[in-house]
Amino acid sequence: MNVIALSPLDLAVAALLIVALGGLSLRMHIGVERQLLVSAARSTIQLFLIGLVLKVLFESAQPVWVALLTTVMLVVAGREVMVRQKRRFVGCWGFGVGTLSMFVSAFAVTVMALLLVIGTDPWYAPQYAIPLLGMVLGNTMNGISLGLDRLTQDATQRRQIIESRLALGQDWQRAISDSRREAIRVGMIPIINAMSAAGIVSLPGMMTGQILAGTPPVEAVKYQILVMFLIAGGTGFGTMVAVSLAARRLFDERQRLRLDRLRLPKN
Amino acid sequence: MQALPSLRIQQLVTLHVGPIDLAIAAGECVCIHGASGSGKSLLLRAIADLDAHRGDAHLDATACSSLPGPAWRRTVALLVAESQWWCERVGDHFDHGVDAAWMEQLGLPDAALDWQVARCSTGERQRLALLRTLMQAPAALLLDEPTGNLDQDSTRRVESLLDAYRQQRQAALLWVSHDPAQIERVAHRSYLLDNGRLHGLR
Repeated sequence: MNVIALSPLDLAVAALLIVALGGLSLRMHIGVERQLLVSAARSTIQLFLIGLVLKVLFESAQPVWVALLTTVMLVVAGREVMVRQKRRFVGCWGFGVGTLSMFVSAFAVTVMALLLVIGTDPWYAPQYAIPLLGMVLGNTMNGISLGLDRLTQDATQRRQIIESRLALGQDWQRAISDSRREAIRVGMIPIINAMSAAGIVSLPGMMTGQILAGTPPVEAVKYQILVMFLIAGGTGFGTMVAVSLAARRLFDERQRLRLDRLRLPKN
Repeated sequence: MQALPSLRIQQLVTLHVGPIDLAIAAGECVCIHGASGSGKSLLLRAIADLDAHRGDAHLDATACSSLPGPAWRRTVALLVAESQWWCERVGDHFDHGVDAAWMEQLGLPDAALDWQVARCSTGERQRLALLRTLMQAPAALLLDEPTGNLDQDSTRRVESLLDAYRQQRQAALLWVSHDPAQIERVAHRSYLLDNGRLHGLR
């Protein structure tokens, strides 16, 4: 491995890009300079912190700490899914649907990869477990928030149609089937696109990182393929679980459409 | 001789409507009219169990609450005022095909099943929606202005089809209408819905 270590000065040069962009935004009255600087600062601090956390974690490799960190990741991702919803469920379902689905899919997929594919020892070895879970969770989060958002918006817009279908005696699964199918599709499109474009249009970040760090390209490619498949599995199953749970929640025990279970969008 | 009440509504309360008690015998047609916003559609929706409500509805001896929602709505069918469509082709909305004689009675050609929904007029859609509901063979019909968008000729056709259906199947009809002349033609009894209560006229 022949990584060229980056000095603070090197990063400062790259940071000039952000500063220049902010200056231009100010001059052209685009109004994103504040958001740009805050998010750049946030990512710097958050990444350094996680770097320190990972450093400590890799040295100790205690299962308790791995479990704690993954729980924090899950809760933050669950909150993120919730706040991205234009019409989210009231009560604990707003947080619960996305979080539960991410737990079911992202965790299962990552554990499967660790146990069956990579075969790390111990299986929760943080050097593998945390980055893998991070990548799967991040993408699953996107798919689930897109899918849920589409489902609740669609059901609201097509309320009269859904209720007409209920009035014709259709059960809730059939009455909501069009919206559910569309929502799952929307949630899965980004990863399908990413897989199609990988290698030709875009070099995925993880592979690029490994190559920069000195891994032979073909090894890096194999890991990238693994990660792509894990992400596709996590996103696909997660979106299906989340959209199906949410679709069920839109109807009550009498199979009435219950849009009052959604919070009105604020604007 | 009066048969057992076919559709009975007891102490039904939904939003600002009710409590309402009403019994419609098998083969009877009851009309409701009232100002816009008086809750006529809400009342029908509650009877079809599409909205949360207090009180219960019975079809003969069967309580609404004792059946799953979809089973109840197949026998006590609500026809909404503004017909809704979700597939491209008209025929895709008919699970059990359609009775050709009924089509003819409503002045629709057989080819109507192959029409694109988007190209049908509002009146055509309304008549097709009625057929779609009747093909489920409901025992009671909740009709929300079934002739609201129809010309005089089509209105008469719909009225006579519903009349024939009511007599053949001994169906109970609850019919919301704005037109006093129509109420005169079709209703055995009629009520005014005002301030959340039914007021008898005759």
